[in-house]
This record gives sequence, structure tokens and C-alpha cells, in this order.
Amino acid sequence: MKKVINESGIEVKPLYTAADVAASGGMEMVGEPGQYPFTRGIHREMYRKQPWTMRQYAGFGNPADTNQRFKYLIANGQTGLNVAFDLPTQIGLDSDDPLAEGEIGRVGMSIDTLRDFEIAFDGIDLKKITVSLTINGAAAILIAMYLAMAEKRGYDIKELRGTAQNDILKEFIGRGTWIFPVEPSIRLVGDTIEYCATHAPKYTPVSVCGYHIRESGATPAQEMAYAFSIAKAYADDAIKRGLPIDEFAGRLSYNFNIFGNIFEQVCKFRAGRGLWAKIMKEEYGAEKPGSMWLRMIAAGGGGGLTFEQPEVNIVRGAYYALISALSGTQTMALCSYDEAYTIPTEYSARISLRTMQLLIEEMGLTETVDPLAGSFYVETMTNEMRKKMEEIMAETDAQGGIVKMVSEGTIQAKVSAQAYQMQRKIESGEFPKVGVNCYRNEQEEDHPVEFHPYNEDDARVQIESLRRIRAERDNAKVNEALTRLRGDAAAGRNVMPALVDAVKAYASVGEMTKELVNVFGRYQEPIRF
Amino acid sequence: MTASQRRIKVLLGKPGLDGHDQGAKVVARAMMDAGFEVIYTGLRQTPEQIARIALEEDVDVISLSSMAGSHIPFCRKLKPLLEANGLDDKLWVIGGNLPAQDHEALRELGFKGIFPSGSKLDAITEFIRKEVK
Repeated sequence: MKKVINESGIEVKPLYTAADVAASGGMEMVGEPGQYPFTRGIHREMYRKQPWTMRQYAGFGNPADTNQRFKYLIANGQTGLNVAFDLPTQIGLDSDDPLAEGEIGRVGMSIDTLRDFEIAFDGIDLKKITVSLTINGAAAILIAMYLAMAEKRGYDIKELRGTAQNDILKEFIGRGTWIFPVEPSIRLVGDTIEYCATHAPKYTPVSVCGYHIRESGATPAQEMAYAFSIAKAYADDAIKRGLPIDEFAGRLSYNFNIFGNIFEQVCKFRAGRGLWAKIMKEEYGAEKPGSMWLRMIAAGGGGGLTFEQPEVNIVRGAYYALISALSGTQTMALCSYDEAYTIPTEYSARISLRTMQLLIEEMGLTETVDPLAGSFYVETMTNEMRKKMEEIMAETDAQGGIVKMVSEGTIQAKVSAQAYQMQRKIESGEFPKVGVNCYRNEQEEDHPVEFHPYNEDDARVQIESLRRIRAERDNAKVNEALTRLRGDAAAGRNVMPALVDAVKAYASVGEMTKELVNVFGRYQEPIRF
Repeated sequence: MTASQRRIKVLLGKPGLDGHDQGAKVVARAMMDAGFEVIYTGLRQTPEQIARIALEEDVDVISLSSMAGSHIPFCRKLKPLLEANGLDDKLWVIGGNLPAQDHEALRELGFKGIFPSGSKLDAITEFIRKEVK
């Protein structure tokens, strides 16, 4: 019989029995849902009380274009928003920056000032629809902007919910929207955690992403282990500032990937929940259950989708959604079937939404908590995945810790070497991929993919709008706010209060970023692979 | 000395602001395994930077990896810079998320090798070996 090893490097047996569960550590870490160590789920009733939030990644063109798409998704039953920003916004450039040319509104919406946020979220009830901002390098600025916008709309910031991705360490590993060097980047994350703990205690300022590390070539076990090490780096920074763990740990969240082997994935999440709870309780002395919860979005799956036979990706997406539901996620989103070609059209985004709704309405996935618990296979693999994650975290510590490894580029080199090996395995047929290395269509038919149109005129409109705001705003007030921002950054004070004031004065993303670059400098990428 | 007598030297650039470099790094490794010397630029290169590095490093091949859709405006700016630096006799190659309807425009902009998502690593390296003389 051929030996089977899963992607995380664990052997998969043809049969599991009670003896395997016992040999792998038994049922000690299983427990009850809603109770430590939360392996079975962070809430007792899970989806019986409330199904997962559905939060498709969306945004393109101008804020007005994106506002329309948001409303379309909400009208189709979406229960949260996940905002895509264009690349200039993500790396802190204004729309009229020469480097932004050709990129405005292309992969997300363009944001320059508070005015743009006012338009993007116009008519959306921010109490009913929580908003997740996929922003990292410029996260402190965009969080300040979101809080200012909500306050202006009359919401009580103390009660405001929402999430920012704001996980800069993973941007150095994959995705690449860094701006500042590693150390000040971590400090900025700390500033947002500290500020929100006091001013916006229900807001989630960080969503640590194993997701993109996995997309960059990490195994499922590495995905979790590296994300936990990164989350610990942020927690350590907050603790150094004197914040007690129970005052901020409950507002940390996670973003993980869902492509791959169904059982390996589900066990990854169950194992990760137990491990994170254990880390928080035993290493950090957390006492509140909420501080030990692995709150997550289990989403996407882009790395598993294929360019070939794109319509088959609809089916892959359905299996990935099943993984996410069986994993006890809080939030779900799917990459659309045309992901390898384009950003989603209304049509493909709606198919993703319907895929998740099917699981809730027709397939019974919300009826019973953690339905795979007690399976000899699932409990054994959960134990083994947890052990694997612990080993990887110990290795990371032994090599000087995640911050050092990211700064030196050693994690980047490791995962990109793995990505290369995987690509070779796919090309040789050793790692089967339907439509790619087996069951290919002899004659590729015309792909039923409709491209999302890019409107060249959006850039002109956005630049004109920015210039109008610069002419109309109180520039003395802007300059005063920017001077304070620079001063606070240089003096090591928390920059969030100054950012909130600058945002309210309609300072632009590019102007605020420039002040911070003047103090912090720019990241120099180590070329290692 | 001609390229057939020495190692083929390839510039692999990440144009524009996009940070998705998994594909670029995979292709860079494939090129190194094929025996090429690879100069990988890292992220966020402007057309001016690509042209300058290509000139300074005296490469045989100028290759780009583009994932976020800005390949046409970028290559429109790059073409005159490469020509002004006398680099139009080099092999220009581009890969990544390149919709079929853009391939003709890329060819007209001087890109002889076009490798959209789904291309095989060996197809890229064999093309380069065949075309570099």
C-alpha cells in the first residue's frame, strides 16, 4: 500500500481506531464547546445561535463604485463587508502620486481622505453590518479614518465593532504591502492595539493572517504556527507597554486559508483552537475566556483554485466552504471561481455567496456543533496537527524568533522554496490537480469568464476629487495635525490620537504616510529566496 | 563572448506596486535550476529602475512578473526606456495574470515571450534557452 503523507508532513493511515486516539494523546484537549481549551468551538451553541458571518472581499474603482457593490452584496444576503483597497492606498500613496499611475482603483477601491470613506459607507448601517478593512502597511491611518467616519455618522465608538487586518509581519512574508521597516511597523500595530483597548474596546484592530503565508508556500501546520508566533510578537509589544493581557487579547483575531485536504484542514483548525487557548492561558496568564478564543475568518482558498477549467472552481469553492463550516469559523468568505483571471464580477461574487448560503439553508451545517468530533481519525489528526504546530513554533523560537526570521528573510526563503517544490510536484503530476495535471480538456474551450471592467476614467475622477478637497479644507489645521503626527512619531508617543485629528482635518493617506516615513524610514527588502 | 558560450543572464523584475511575488520567486528558482544567472529585483520597480538594472547588469533577458493587472500601462512606459538604452535586441519576456485579450498588445510592445498563469516552468526556461543566441 502506498504511503500517504499530508501536506503538513503527517502520515495518514488507512484506518484509525480508539488505540490511535489514545496513542496520540487521547481526548484530553477535546473538551466541550464554549469551554477551555475550546477545541470544539469558542461558543457553546455556535451556529445554532448565529450562523457564520459572510464577508466577501470587495472593492474597486472609486468609493462610489464600491458603495454600489457593497449594497449589491448586502441585498443578496451578505452579513459583513470585507474591503479591498487599491495598491496605492495600501502602500500609502495618494492618487496623484506618479507611482500610482495605472494602479488607481484596479484591485480595490481608491481612498485618499475621509471624504472617500464617507462615500464608500454611505447608507450602510455599521451596527448591523460589521466592516473588515484589508489594510496593513497603512492600517493605523485607515483605522483612524474608519473611527472618524463612524463618529461623524453618530455612532458611539465605544460600541463600534469591526476589524482591520493590520498584520504587517505577514506582509513581509507574502503580499508585500509594507511601508516602514520591521521594528516601527510592529510599533504601529502596538499603537492601534493600545489605542483601541481604551477608545474602541469592541473594535478588532488586528487579524493575524496565516492565510497569505500559506499562499506563499507554507504548509497548513506552518500557516498556524507562524501566525501564532506573529500574534505573540504583537501581544509582547502590547504587554511591554503595560497593557494587561485580558485587556486586549480578546480583540485579536485570525485569518486562515481553507484549501487542501478536507480532514487536514478541519483538524488544523480544531488543533489551532486548542493550542492558542493553551498559549494564552499557560504562557500569558490570560484569565478571561475571550482572551483564549481563536476567533477567525476561515476563507478564500485562492491558492487551490485553477486557471484551467475555471468553472470547476465553483465546485472546489463549495468544498472549501464545507471545510470552513466544519471548522467552526466565525466568518467565511470564498475566492470566486474567476479568481485566477480577474477580480469578481457581481455574477461570480453572487455564486460565492449562494455557496455559503446553501450550507446554512439546505445542508444542515449549522444544526450541530463540531459534528466531526469523536471520529478516531479526526481526533488523532487533531492531536498530531497540534503537536506539529508546537514543534514548528519551538523551531522558530530556537532560530531567534519570528521577528528576527522575518527581518532576515529566512522565513521568506523557506516558504518560497516550498512553493517551488510544490509547483514542480504539480507539473510532474506527483501532486494531483484536476484539470491541470490530470483530466485536462484536450481542447481548452472558451472559458466562461467575464472580466471585471477597469474604468480608466476612475483615476481622473479620483485625482480631481482629491485636488478639490485639498483646495477646500482648512490647510492650516491640516499642517498643524501633520506636525503633531511627526512629533509624536519621533517622540515615541502613540500616533493614533494625532492620526485621528489629521484624518478629521481631511489630511490625505499620502500626506500622513510621508510624515511617518520621515521619522521611521522605508523598509528595504532583503532579496533572499 | 556570445550568450551561448556563457551563462544566460536574466533580469526578473516585479513591476509596479503589486506584492504578490510567490510566482516570481518560483520562476526565479526554475531559471537558476536551468543554469541561468538570475538578477531578481524585489518588489515595486519603476520602468526606469528596470531599464537601469538591465543596462548595468548587461542581461540577455528582461523578464517581468505581473499579477495585479497594470501590465499594459507599465510596459507602455518601459518600451521607450529599453529602446533608448539600446536594449531592444534583448529578449523581453512577461508572465503572470495576463488576460488573453492583452497578448497581442504585449507582443506589439516588444514582448516575445508571454507566459500567462498556468504556464509550465520548463516551457519558460526552454523558450529562453532557444531564443537567446
